[in-house]
Amino acid sequence: MILDGKAPNGPIESTWDRHRFEMKLVNPSNKRKYKILVVGTGLAGASAAASLGELGYNVEAFCYQDSPRRAHSIAAQGGINAAKNYPNDGDSIFRLFYDTIKGGDFRAREADVWRLAQVSNNIIDQCVAQGVPFARDYAGYLDNRSFGGAQVSRTFFARGQTGQQLLLGAYSALSRQIKIGTVRMFPRTEMLDLVVADGEAKAITVRDLVTGEIRVHAGDAVLLCTGGYVNVFYLSTNAMGCSVTALWKAHRKGAFFANPCYTQIHPTCIPQAGEYQSKLTLMSESLRNDGRCWVPKRKEDCRKTPNSIPEEDRDYYLERKYPSFGNLAPRDIASRAAKEQCDDGRGVGPGGRGVYLDLKDSIARLGEQVIRERYGNLFEMYERITDENGYKVPMRIYPAPHYAMGGLWVDYDLMSNLPGLFVLGEANFSVHGANRLGASALMQGLADGYFVIPYTIANYLARTRPGKVSADHAECRKSVEEVKGYTRKLLSVNGNRTVTEFMRELGHLMWNHCGMARSKESLSEAIARIPAIREEFWQNVKVGGTGEEFNQQLENAGRTADFLEFSELLCRDALDRNESCGGHFRVEYQYPDGEAKRDDENYCYVAAWEWKGIDKPPELHKEPLKFENVHLAVRSYK
Amino acid sequence: MSDHTSEHRTMTLKLIVWRQKGQNEPGRFETYVARNITEHHSFLEMLDVVNEELIREGKDPIAFDHDCREGICGMCSTVVNGVPHGGQERTTVCQLHMRKFKDGDTIYLEPWRARAFPILKDLVVDRGALDKIIQAGGYTSCHTGGVPDANSTPVSKAESDYAMDAAECIGCGACVAACPNGAAMLFTGAKISQFAALPQGQVEAPERVAGMVNAMQECGFGNCTNHYECQAACPKGIHVKFIARMNREFLKALFRAKSGSHTFIGEGQD
Repeated sequence: MILDGKAPNGPIESTWDRHRFEMKLVNPSNKRKYKILVVGTGLAGASAAASLGELGYNVEAFCYQDSPRRAHSIAAQGGINAAKNYPNDGDSIFRLFYDTIKGGDFRAREADVWRLAQVSNNIIDQCVAQGVPFARDYAGYLDNRSFGGAQVSRTFFARGQTGQQLLLGAYSALSRQIKIGTVRMFPRTEMLDLVVADGEAKAITVRDLVTGEIRVHAGDAVLLCTGGYVNVFYLSTNAMGCSVTALWKAHRKGAFFANPCYTQIHPTCIPQAGEYQSKLTLMSESLRNDGRCWVPKRKEDCRKTPNSIPEEDRDYYLERKYPSFGNLAPRDIASRAAKEQCDDGRGVGPGGRGVYLDLKDSIARLGEQVIRERYGNLFEMYERITDENGYKVPMRIYPAPHYAMGGLWVDYDLMSNLPGLFVLGEANFSVHGANRLGASALMQGLADGYFVIPYTIANYLARTRPGKVSADHAECRKSVEEVKGYTRKLLSVNGNRTVTEFMRELGHLMWNHCGMARSKESLSEAIARIPAIREEFWQNVKVGGTGEEFNQQLENAGRTADFLEFSELLCRDALDRNESCGGHFRVEYQYPDGEAKRDDENYCYVAAWEWKGIDKPPELHKEPLKFENVHLAVRSYK
Repeated sequence: MSDHTSEHRTMTLKLIVWRQKGQNEPGRFETYVARNITEHHSFLEMLDVVNEELIREGKDPIAFDHDCREGICGMCSTVVNGVPHGGQERTTVCQLHMRKFKDGDTIYLEPWRARAFPILKDLVVDRGALDKIIQAGGYTSCHTGGVPDANSTPVSKAESDYAMDAAECIGCGACVAACPNGAAMLFTGAKISQFAALPQGQVEAPERVAGMVNAMQECGFGNCTNHYECQAACPKGIHVKFIARMNREFLKALFRAKSGSHTFIGEGQD
């Protein structure tokens, strides 16, 4: 099937304005008759729930954490992009649009990206009105900094905690609606199934994580704002509870999964120290504004202390390879370059899996105090984890899985192929193409929640009668029984291996075979091995306790079971895409200098996969991508 | 620089852990041994090791809240040796590392203990009361979209930095757990101070402080008697000056209410 993203035609500058006028509206007095279910309360979910509640819709919101304020958006450090052009350095909506299309390696839908760039400015206004304390200059105006993949300073920030402050802003707006009564909040509640009735998404089945109660919530539309899936690699920068579960349950009910192979590996993370490790910690790539990446030129120097290696024996490989962007090369390029140096035997630290990020020159130029003001919290974090002082010896970094550009397929209205199912933020595939630029995830989450879904959801609701499906609908009752049965099944295996052992095994396989570099052989091997791990899981996993209590083993088991299915789709997508682009690097497709070789003739499309059953290969649907405003070109940062 | 390539010496630790099946069940301390722990394990990774062993033995693992494991989500919440988050300055328990302990140490683990935080299981408590305080006024009532340009109101760097100092609170509740009165005044004071410092927060200032202070009392939190344990326990270094600022804002609001320009506690405020 050829998919249609339903993006408006005509001049790109007026696509969103025209579409906003053409869409249907829901009369103010009718809005309260519609119930909207919002799953996840990160930037996308919290901003959507708050804005829809404010409009008068009847909203129910769900999160697995103990409070909506804890969603993983909170961990974003560096900043949020917007085309304000406050620094007068040449930025514009068109430039942000252009940089995002190019940064995504020409694999995103133009009209969606334009809209994102257009509403980026509204987001900053909104956050300031909420009391988000962005950094300011001495005149009291908002400050900006530069970020990877851009040559203008368009990133707004709140120290090293921008995600936290933006999420607390959205959470405060959500809290206000909870108090007013337009939003009902269900914390410690996890979505375990999507109910599709007469072809439309109308309900979700959830588990109360405290009591274990499994129940259904029916509504008129479902919004999935559940983030990304890079915990499929086990070790990532994501929170422990981040999973593919909500997306995977929807996929199994018919929602297409788009471009799962586009995963972002972030270049500046603290390297792994041991096998017991539970997660990897990111340090904002803003450090690359003042830090220089290097490894020793000679292998035999790798075990020396870094300060004893003289300048002429250091290889500042990013500056060498990419003179015009240098240390500010985009994430996919910086990550791959770090891997190349380590593969060449010139990595540092445990297992030779690390490169130096050195702020020595900036400290000499600006003084330690200035560096401390800019990045003090990052140096503290680095020292807490590694016991090393980054002001005295260069920090060691290594790339780590960080973000998923892929996600459920959505049209221009953010609606999936299942009517009534909307997908927002990292959970959808829409704007970042094959690689996301720094400080653009926060922008997308808030754009979708504050400024897109409040308009586009009406376009669906206006065509549907409220309350079509209630909790006693046959499909709802069936879903509850299925989830109960699935839970019993997980608890009844009673084998010999823990859930974590399986997740570690899967993560290891995925990182080695489908990580920063992929090949036909590695992917074929992963596809052959995953079903065996899955089979063993269902015969030999050990999940204790019962379903009717607070049971963290059971929660983890369910998430792992879904990763064991999803990982196979990720590898299949990576195997099917015979080109290198953005975060997807196939070793067979590269230029002699090691740069990614895209194939626009054959792969300039969105790959949207349809579930066909556990033992059947998924079916591929394509949405061709057209580039009418930014011309397809080799993406160069040299 | 420590040498990561050498064999790590490992530690064996004795853990004395609060176990409680559910909210209305009796709890008690139980003893466990943590083996093969290196200085690079985080505190929660040490607990992971113990739990993996318990699961293999068919026993109920220790329930504890955690999520981001990088010190920002505020979910982790364990009292270690009587101190919330374990006592390392500006450090959540998920960022506490085992190099702070010695081989053979005995470590006590307890949940947050406060009237407003019922225990759900083992080390997991219900902190919904903190959400209720925010719902009572921890926001500006701006509508999505209907706001002026972000640079239309300059804010002095000093005031903006002050607001950010207050806004860094991660809502973990360590301040409440550390307070002998179980007060949430550092948490509430920080949010009130953030808005008090910003022009955007001025319009609703009296209603905000009244609503949030009322909610604090309704939720069963105590009051401040200047022990400053909250500041000492806070993993983000939130300063007690924000409690003083809250009290000042409260008095200001009271005067405004007396002069008839605003309603106040018990006068139509929910």
